[in-house]
Amino acid sequence: MTNNVAIELKNISKSFGGNMANKNVNLIVNRGEILSILGENGSGKTTLMNMIAGIYFPDEGEIFINGQEVSIRSPKDAFKYGIGMIHQHFKLIDVFSATENIILGLKEKGRYNLKAASMRVKEISDKYGFDIDPMKKIHEMSVSEKQTVEIIKVLYRGADILILDEPTAVLTPQETQKLFAVIRKMKEDGKSIIIITHKLHEVLSLSDKVAVLRKGEYVGTVETANTNEAELTEMMVGKKISLNIERSEPQSCEDRLVVKGLNCINREGKKVLNDISFVARSGEILGIAGIAGSGQRELLEAIAGLQHINDGEILYNNPKTNTCDNLRDKTPLQIRDLGVRLSFVPEDRLGMGLVANMDIVENMMLRSYHKGKSLFLERKAPKDLALHIIEDLEVVTPNENTPVRRLSGGNIQKILVGREIASAPTVLMAAYPVRGLDIGASYTIYNLLNSQKKKGVAVIFVGEDLDVLIELCDRILVIGSGSITGIVDARNTTKEEIGLLMTKTVSNDEKEGE
Amino acid sequence: MLAFLISAIRLGMTFLFGSTGETITEKSGHLNLGIPGVMCVGASCGCYAEYLYLSEARMNASPILAILIPILATLAGGALMGLIFSFLTVTLRTNQNVTGLALTTFGVGVSDYMITKTGPIYSKGSRYFTTPLPFADDLGVIGDIFFSHGILIYLAIIIALLTSFVLNRTRIGLNLRSVGEDPATADAAGINVSLYRYSATCIGSAIAGLSGLSFIMDYLNGNWEYCIDAIGWLCIALVIFTVWKPNLAIIGSILFGALYIVSSYITGISFATKELFEMLPYIVTIIVLVFTSARDSKNSQPPKSLGLPYFREER
Repeated sequence: MTNNVAIELKNISKSFGGNMANKNVNLIVNRGEILSILGENGSGKTTLMNMIAGIYFPDEGEIFINGQEVSIRSPKDAFKYGIGMIHQHFKLIDVFSATENIILGLKEKGRYNLKAASMRVKEISDKYGFDIDPMKKIHEMSVSEKQTVEIIKVLYRGADILILDEPTAVLTPQETQKLFAVIRKMKEDGKSIIIITHKLHEVLSLSDKVAVLRKGEYVGTVETANTNEAELTEMMVGKKISLNIERSEPQSCEDRLVVKGLNCINREGKKVLNDISFVARSGEILGIAGIAGSGQRELLEAIAGLQHINDGEILYNNPKTNTCDNLRDKTPLQIRDLGVRLSFVPEDRLGMGLVANMDIVENMMLRSYHKGKSLFLERKAPKDLALHIIEDLEVVTPNENTPVRRLSGGNIQKILVGREIASAPTVLMAAYPVRGLDIGASYTIYNLLNSQKKKGVAVIFVGEDLDVLIELCDRILVIGSGSITGIVDARNTTKEEIGLLMTKTVSNDEKEGE
Repeated sequence: MLAFLISAIRLGMTFLFGSTGETITEKSGHLNLGIPGVMCVGASCGCYAEYLYLSEARMNASPILAILIPILATLAGGALMGLIFSFLTVTLRTNQNVTGLALTTFGVGVSDYMITKTGPIYSKGSRYFTTPLPFADDLGVIGDIFFSHGILIYLAIIIALLTSFVLNRTRIGLNLRSVGEDPATADAAGINVSLYRYSATCIGSAIAGLSGLSFIMDYLNGNWEYCIDAIGWLCIALVIFTVWKPNLAIIGSILFGALYIVSSYITGISFATKELFEMLPYIVTIIVLVFTSARDSKNSQPPKSLGLPYFREER
């Protein structure tokens, strides 16, 4: 049994500054085994894996590979021991082709030969059932293709231990199934796979063992066959929490926002929104599902007045005056004053809406400075608001004068969403508000959205996790390549149905293009 | 017309050193705005070495040594400037733009000092550099245009072609480009980012230094009377103009050379108009810049991390 162990960690600890990121972690992964690492955000999953991959070096503890104690000081060392990590944020160079990215940094013997390398890439992808064009440039690829390149990259280097950091976060259900098939094939091939995730059903369907981390501490490892969702959640969070979102029936619905035949063409001349028509009602959560980059962002921006509209109209029924305004003719500021609020959490979490180097109070002020009457900044009101949000949403921060950049992702998002909600909107658009958040924080946000819904706000929620969309929303609009491919009733739909709708137009477009 | 063409090529090749050097530097993600200063220092070192050698050897100076010594001194001077730039920006983490501009100011000062110190002795050395290839006379007009130049002109073309080859056809080139595009990715792939940035900047600066030497010894025939930092800015513009491709820069540099001197070959224009003509290369560069960014072609963009620092532990 012992000689079957591929990698073993003993009492690994690592701290950053005063923060303990990992404390006494023990792990064993055998050959031909899939281990899931489960934990909330900030529980130290990625830090732990980065130590195996040579990005960080542990403060304490030992790592054994095939029974030998090793010291992994750099990514190079990790390659040497057959460890390959597929990062959450792809480490690929946009202007290079797949092959160029794959052989980057390798010191192969013999002449630099792209053709031969491409052949080997093809061989590997055939072996495991990938579908990839080795000469395609990264910037022309879809997210799932990029991920494929990352995986082939580590396989090309002869990795026997693969670490995948939240690989399914960016994939559609169909792509996820494909990926899992590939992972199972690798397992049959005798490779050891460590997969980081916080999606419980994936853990249960894919892995052999689950290791749970909580706030940097190692809670334990369980056999997947002998556990269930409730037990895992408890291990992860430390207490029992309910995973059900309370969904009330929509009440006193009025058509708040009527979008008719919306067309947008972006600066590169590409059509990003194609004949979009839908209605957002008050007291209802309208979900928007789609593969990342299918036009969700442009749609919300068009409503908020940030995107140039080529054709179509957006009608807003103002509940205060009972008039109907066309948002198309208004400036972003006027639209905001009508009560249409957008909180967009971009991939880097800070790109839109918050200024990283400014403190929480100042970020509150960004939305209210034009209200100021005097020559000097009025700090009192925004400070109250900041304190209010910190208390209500349980933001973890030393104080309200801490620069936003120093907070963790979840806390940054709470501030962003909290600020928009605080303005008592009539339409609240939240794009990816739980992106990268742990279970606890996510549910805080869902509850916030639900309470807004009860107040009669028309909520538009763009999400990535289909399970959540189905549980939280009343109706789900599916968008594919800038067109609406379907609007379904969230109470009577399945993930598979939405997944199919998500990819529907994409495949049609490709056929038309050829 | 013939004289104009020959002159344009001579001046253009001078630019070519600078733009090739800066391209190598920029491919590593370093925006070295100190290139004008690097040229000044490179030229100063080269000229001073020549001055020392010729004063020492007097009439027995060997033509080969009289060329080789200044070239080596220039390379060393340029590389030293590159080393200072890298040390400041990589190791001491200073801002690249500010550091570059400071080096330019510094280099201009050095060369001003050198001019007053040694005087126009370089004209003696210059004839070694302007000796044409032996068979140039036999080939008529073609010979005049292509083979009548001094050794540095050909060196410029060889270096540009070599750089183009290394960048696109070798593993080192692939690694270097990756460092300039996305140092974090390169780092994760096991590439030593600091080493590549240091080396590329030093090699690039050494080559750029030759630009200064070539300008004085070849184009000005050794008459170093004023500071040469203006051509440094042209070299940086040339890098942009040729969208970071050294082989394109061979043509581009001749065009720049032609634009820069065209006013001298048009009769009957005032001094002020002449100055306007000298702005042409910059205007052309801006037009190219507008076109490439409007077209948004991924293949003609600057390295993505150009001018950005990289520190691994920063999250």
